[in-house]
Amino acid sequence: MSHMREIEFELNGVRTRATVRLDMSALAMLRDVMGLTGTKYACGEGECGACTIIVDGVSVCSCLMFAVDCEDRTLTTIEGVGREPLGARLERAFVDCGAVQCGFCTPGVVMQAKHWLEAHPNPTRDEIKRGIEGNLCRCTGYVKIVDAIEAASRAEG
Amino acid sequence: MTVIEKSSLIGRRIAKLDAPEKASGQTRYVHDLDLPGQLHGSILRSARVHARIRRIDVSKARALPGVHAVLTAADVPYQRPLGVGKDQLPLKGDKVRSRRDEVAAVAAETVEIAEAALALIEVEYEDLPVLTDPSKALEPGAPVIHGENLAPPSPHDSLKPGEPGDAEAHRHNVAMTFDYAQGDVAAGEAESDVVVDDWFRLHYVTHCCMGVSGVIAEFDRSGNLTLHSNTQVPFLHKREFAEILGMDPGRIRIIQPPIGGGFGSKLDIYPFEPIAVFLAKATGRPVKLVFSREEEFVASPTRQPVLLRLRSGAKRDGTLTFRVCETLHDNGAYTSWGATTPFVMMQTISSLYRVPHCSYHTTAVYTNNPYAGSFRGYGNLQATFAVEQQMDELAEKLGIDPLEMRLRNAQEPGEVTPQGMHFRTCGLRQCLTTAAEASGYREKHRAALAAQKAPGHRKRGVGMASMLHVGGGAKIYPSDGCGTILKIDDFAHVTLMTGASEIGQGSETVLAQLVCEELGIPLDAVTVVNNDTDITPWDVGVHASRTTFIGGNSAIGAARKAKAKILAAAAKVAGVAEAELELRAGHIVRAASGEALMSLAKLLRSLHFSDKAELVMTTHYYEPPSRHQDKAFKGDVSAAYAWATQVVEVEVDTDTGVVRLVKVTGAHDVGRVLNRLGIEGQIEGGIVMGQGYAVTEDLIVEDGVVRNPGFRDYKLVTAPEIPEMDIHFIETMDGEGPQGAKGVGEAPAICMAAATANAICNATGVRIRDLPFTPEKVYRALHAAAAPAKAP
Repeated sequence: MSHMREIEFELNGVRTRATVRLDMSALAMLRDVMGLTGTKYACGEGECGACTIIVDGVSVCSCLMFAVDCEDRTLTTIEGVGREPLGARLERAFVDCGAVQCGFCTPGVVMQAKHWLEAHPNPTRDEIKRGIEGNLCRCTGYVKIVDAIEAASRAEG
Repeated sequence: MTVIEKSSLIGRRIAKLDAPEKASGQTRYVHDLDLPGQLHGSILRSARVHARIRRIDVSKARALPGVHAVLTAADVPYQRPLGVGKDQLPLKGDKVRSRRDEVAAVAAETVEIAEAALALIEVEYEDLPVLTDPSKALEPGAPVIHGENLAPPSPHDSLKPGEPGDAEAHRHNVAMTFDYAQGDVAAGEAESDVVVDDWFRLHYVTHCCMGVSGVIAEFDRSGNLTLHSNTQVPFLHKREFAEILGMDPGRIRIIQPPIGGGFGSKLDIYPFEPIAVFLAKATGRPVKLVFSREEEFVASPTRQPVLLRLRSGAKRDGTLTFRVCETLHDNGAYTSWGATTPFVMMQTISSLYRVPHCSYHTTAVYTNNPYAGSFRGYGNLQATFAVEQQMDELAEKLGIDPLEMRLRNAQEPGEVTPQGMHFRTCGLRQCLTTAAEASGYREKHRAALAAQKAPGHRKRGVGMASMLHVGGGAKIYPSDGCGTILKIDDFAHVTLMTGASEIGQGSETVLAQLVCEELGIPLDAVTVVNNDTDITPWDVGVHASRTTFIGGNSAIGAARKAKAKILAAAAKVAGVAEAELELRAGHIVRAASGEALMSLAKLLRSLHFSDKAELVMTTHYYEPPSRHQDKAFKGDVSAAYAWATQVVEVEVDTDTGVVRLVKVTGAHDVGRVLNRLGIEGQIEGGIVMGQGYAVTEDLIVEDGVVRNPGFRDYKLVTAPEIPEMDIHFIETMDGEGPQGAKGVGEAPAICMAAATANAICNATGVRIRDLPFTPEKVYRALHAAAAPAKAP
């Protein structure tokens, strides 16, 4: 069909090909075409951060990115981030520090923290809070999320 | 000889059992599930606030390729009323009463086709007069929202307090009423040296669960219905779905995938759920129906908005004399749990502090607004907002320190209140003194008073508020119990099947901990099954801060039975008296020396593969020793009561009206800390939810229309805005609680708005009784107060 397009990109370290609708978001492609449901829909307008992924090293709300714009890019999602040392440290720290309650926002916060810590390796707590201000969490009150990101930033890889 | 020392998991920082899956994105919420052959459901909602439906034409929608079913009320003549008030049908046929009303529904091969089909449905409305101001609902000639009687013939021929109104009441827009009285308020007022009398306005906020509402409904060939549902009350819903659908409850199975936030929002059945069932029935295919975020804002319940008048008095020495509370609840178009929040509100009015004379009245009125459900705290944020502001007002009038005023009237352990609540344990006094001392309340309060008129536009202030809430379940249904089935396999691995639901609060982990404590096994030797009504025993649901207390006692009961069985068998094998044995670290040990006698797994196998072949499997049903309230709303409804005091320190910018929360010091009577990591998370999350209620969140409803249905305009608190938190746990070791614990899930959100109001007043001298404290509202209040009084 004319409104479909085939694209190629790298997804969690694997060269990937997908056929997507032109009006499809990267979020919808990940969830509905690739079957990777760890990236969450929670607002669809870039306000909550639950759908955060890393594209060419930058954190992006995947609900605001067209799937076709993933062409030739390198994508990391929550399903792949744990294979990198910092991603694995973050996931462990989120568990150990009690940063997870209902867990729906968690993948997005882990992705944002991963991207942000790479640029800010020794942050203060206030800096961490600013680093995740685009991620909404209704359960935790953010304290333990900040604890987890702080712990992951300090732990050795 | 191997010696195993005694150890305990209680009070330690235990990571949640489900956290590794959640942190790595592997948890499958309802949104992430797809069944073979599944269709997507979508709902057409009313374009009008109040109107008759003249005509619906679905022919174009039905003709769209990929559409499997289009349903209107005419297609489901078997539908029955649903919800707390049984005052609405899932699909509305003759009339719409609010913008969330469901007019038609589509099942299609994709979400996109379903949405396209909705756009092809033509609905012709005839507008009716609109009622959106609750204070006008009782006026003669007001538009009538429910003129007809939807409910099945009712035995009630007159309005009974605390029960949904009948057709006659509905014709006057009255959904429910509540009346409570103790003592003689006129006598109380006569002996008062000071009286305060104020109106308070509590606004709309909504749950904002990060996971939007959703359900999957499927029938098998035998007509059995499976619902993959986010409900917080699976067993009550099983029964209610059966009533709505005219089915045998035994043919309904509810599976709860992990839930992306509850907070009370999932306590009632909402129209989208039976609509998904209708679509599944019509198409013979599984139907998945998931909201968009906008739909979540428009069509999920709110916290109950309340207009509240409170009149309180005290003697010169600070002793409270009476309270009179009247509220007008804007019920919205239909009756859900919001209308019943007076059950909790009157407890705070009558029993947070000792008040000899008290009366309480609520009228919940129908309007064309959104309708309210239950929301963490259940009316207590609203009641506490009024009561705790008046405690400060009375203290100020009497020239008494606000802390002293509260201590003078604080409940004590052993007290039975006129409303019938028995406070077997009560840490209110310790909560008050601990929060005050840790925050430097007295000094800061005095310093802020002195600095009110000082130059500068950044004013600091402190405010305190306390709360009382059920902490040992709430007996509002025929049973407030929870069942447990426990089995131990040949390798000493426990499967705990519990009726108690996990909604992110960590109940699964706490229940596993409590079982480990009894059976002396490590945490990774327990699997918790808690999400399938075909497997788990009955439970009333996850609400009223009850799960740790009720589910916990149930799990302990089952574990103790298993332990008794194991020790009896071990005593025979080892030739040692049962009383001298204990279970530690997966072994049978001598209690006195810790000497390991045999591994638990080996003992279990020897039981299993013996002449008397036996497995260790136990069941337990725990029903708390609480009582139903009588018709006058008196009774000891909970097996334990939780207490807390929070001190909020604010900075108010008098040039902009911006209120910043600097620090929250909380002291919580939690009975006993079971999982320190989990309970800290509950308190911190509750504080920030309370902060949102107080300062940032406001669901703007104008003329019945939600004007800000998205996170762009509905402001949730973000990480940089959270206050510093200093949390203290008061361990009163409740005699009925599991290992001494009380329920605390709702407690931390309750005090925040009241304490913030008191802090703003301490900083600026201006008292605001109207939530939320947005910059505009605070600025106007400060500058109106500063302006010279107008001549009459």
